[in-house]
Amino acid sequence: MIPPAWSVSISPHLKSTESVEKIMWTVVACLIPSLILSVFVFGLRALIIAAISTASCVAVEAATQKLLKRPVTVRDGSAVITGLLLAFCIPPGVPLWMPIPGAIMAIYVAKHLLGGIGFNIFNPALIGRAFLVATFPVAMTSAWLAPIHDAAVFGSLGGIDAVSTATPLYVLKHYGMNAVIERFGAPSTLYWDFFVGWRPGCIGETSALLLTLGGLYLMLRRYISWHIPVATVLSVGFFSWVFGGEKLFTGDPVLAVLSGGVILGAFFMATDYVTSPNGNAAKLVFGAGVGALTVLIRLKGGYPEGVCYAILLMNPLSPALEGWFKPKRFAPPKGATT
Amino acid sequence: MSKSSPTFSKGGIHPRESKELTEHLPIEAMPPPEEVDILLLQHFGSPCRVLVDKKATVIEGETIGVVDAGLGASVHSSVSGTVKSIGASPHPVRVEAPSVTIRRDPQAEPKVFTPSEWEHFSPEELLEKIRNAGLVGLGGAGFPTHLKLSPPPGTRLDKLILNAAECEPYLNCDNRTMIEFPHEILTGARIILRILGIKECHIGIENNKQEAIWVLSRAAAESTAPDCKISVNPLMVKYPQGSEKQLIQTITGRRVPYPGLPFDVGVMVINVGTAKTIHDAVVLEKPLYERVVTISGRAIARPANLMVRIGTRLSDIVTFLGGTMDNLARIVVGGPMMGFSIPTTDLPVMKTTSGVLFLSDDEIDSRPHGPCIRCGKCVEVCSMGLSPNEVGIYVEAGRARDTAQFGVFECFECGACAFVCPAKRPLVQFTRLAKAKARK
Repeated sequence: MIPPAWSVSISPHLKSTESVEKIMWTVVACLIPSLILSVFVFGLRALIIAAISTASCVAVEAATQKLLKRPVTVRDGSAVITGLLLAFCIPPGVPLWMPIPGAIMAIYVAKHLLGGIGFNIFNPALIGRAFLVATFPVAMTSAWLAPIHDAAVFGSLGGIDAVSTATPLYVLKHYGMNAVIERFGAPSTLYWDFFVGWRPGCIGETSALLLTLGGLYLMLRRYISWHIPVATVLSVGFFSWVFGGEKLFTGDPVLAVLSGGVILGAFFMATDYVTSPNGNAAKLVFGAGVGALTVLIRLKGGYPEGVCYAILLMNPLSPALEGWFKPKRFAPPKGATT
Repeated sequence: MSKSSPTFSKGGIHPRESKELTEHLPIEAMPPPEEVDILLLQHFGSPCRVLVDKKATVIEGETIGVVDAGLGASVHSSVSGTVKSIGASPHPVRVEAPSVTIRRDPQAEPKVFTPSEWEHFSPEELLEKIRNAGLVGLGGAGFPTHLKLSPPPGTRLDKLILNAAECEPYLNCDNRTMIEFPHEILTGARIILRILGIKECHIGIENNKQEAIWVLSRAAAESTAPDCKISVNPLMVKYPQGSEKQLIQTITGRRVPYPGLPFDVGVMVINVGTAKTIHDAVVLEKPLYERVVTISGRAIARPANLMVRIGTRLSDIVTFLGGTMDNLARIVVGGPMMGFSIPTTDLPVMKTTSGVLFLSDDEIDSRPHGPCIRCGKCVEVCSMGLSPNEVGIYVEAGRARDTAQFGVFECFECGACAFVCPAKRPLVQFTRLAKAKARK
């Protein structure tokens, strides 16, 4: 008998049209507007660093998977996201080779040595950044570029000698709010510039507007929920307001949220599926924790910025948070541990 | 309208319905085939003992198998003719089951049934008629109806729910039965109410079956049944609304705790198509030997709602409907969410066969699965509040026996988790494995 040409498999026989690839490439698409803006803000150099970072993440992933004799899955877009996010959280003025060791750390160590996609405990891009901050602290905390205010955008490749500025958080931490206003303008223009993205900072973190739009699109597609971003932003705002000023309840929550990597972290890094909890209650606690640790590190730590370490510190808590906030069972047996 | 309609409290999905392929097609009687293979095991329980010998002459509706002990329901010949052989036929779940093959006598007259008054029968007599007719639930599992209608002594029931949600995509057999046989269904409901000694019946129908809701509501308003209250409850369209526990919660607010049964919360749930066969069994004394089957999918030449003799081979149905398309990728018995895919069209129609789907390659998704990316979608859609992702990871790690803590036995395998999984993980398969290992 000729074997039938149709397939036999387990139910359900219908599947949604979603796929890992679709989700990942949508996230990539949501990051692109911020990247384009950063070219206008910092010059072509931002794009070159992002390209090097992305290419090295993809290359490291392919090489790692070959080395570990696993299927090569670079087409799923997850390494591209890691590469972009790594570039997004390093300063635009760093040497061009700088993303490469970050990519090796992120993809080889933080992702594949811990099991590959779905199994890593820490956000790979943030591990890459943390590694770079630890090993090249001077470049990673001082290679800032001032925003370009003229049309010579594409002529400017920037460079080490272009380092000429300090980030708002650095100024705030060391010189206080008055110095920030003196340097970056009165609160009204300052808020607007920060919201749009016209300020010094890491490559992809400056524009709250574009990052929020990208995040909202991910919510619209139901790829992420509002819980982690909203909890993170509210938590940063709240704790900055309470503890960020010279006296209690005098901090500037708006500036705190708009500066540094809060928006980037809240929408694109803290929401990473693998390293954040499932369940809405667990997500709210996770986001609140990220926000609280960010403010703690900003105010008391050695760095002016804290989002990266705040998320990395919350990542390993995800399984515990899921354990504490399990979904409510429909009607479990009496005495069941739910 | 659909917004304000009730539904179950947690989870659920909205798969593409594809009901439009057959929802407006009236039930069409398929001419009886030359041969039928009548399976002696059509449900949970024990196979039937054969009552006929090879070469014996049988007539339409004659009992050819009975169950001596244990769970079961008798089976009847669906055609008049002679017994060609007693052997085995393919079965969608058990691979193979004993069966009786009957060659139809083309000269035989079709059997005619005349209605009788049922009101003067006692509950015991009604149950006996249902038992004699070999009724089983038509919804899927096929639990013998006379046993279901005999709850343990001391059970306090107050509500009957007719399950007319028909939430599986593609299927329209219940929908068409409601549109074309509303009075038979209402009579069936009144017979059940009489047997159970209760007065309240709710018919739960999803909102995508407006015509059925309208027809049944009108029939219920016209019917003169002074001693009982039958109401039609439109429900929000959400899979798995037709799950017994979800339906009970939607209509009564009561939750059936695991491992309980609906009668623990005072409710009896009967499939709406079964109610129609209860009418046939009692009023017409007609055994269950034919049923409505939705034949659908984008790879069958002509989709249809067919009245089919039990035992008709799927290959005969395919021929009757003009064959299949070249892009046929999978054949499914039942609905696409919980049905079984089968490797052969030699399989005969059973009492529980609600649909046969001929799915084309663009309707199914056979991409290989990847690792869990912990997106949490399966947890979000699980209507039982379980965590299918964790079960899957435990099974893959070889720790299936440790999964009872996740409530795997509460899972009724609706498949919502596997439907939404972007990594295409076989979460239902994982859960079945987990149940098998954890039970030991």
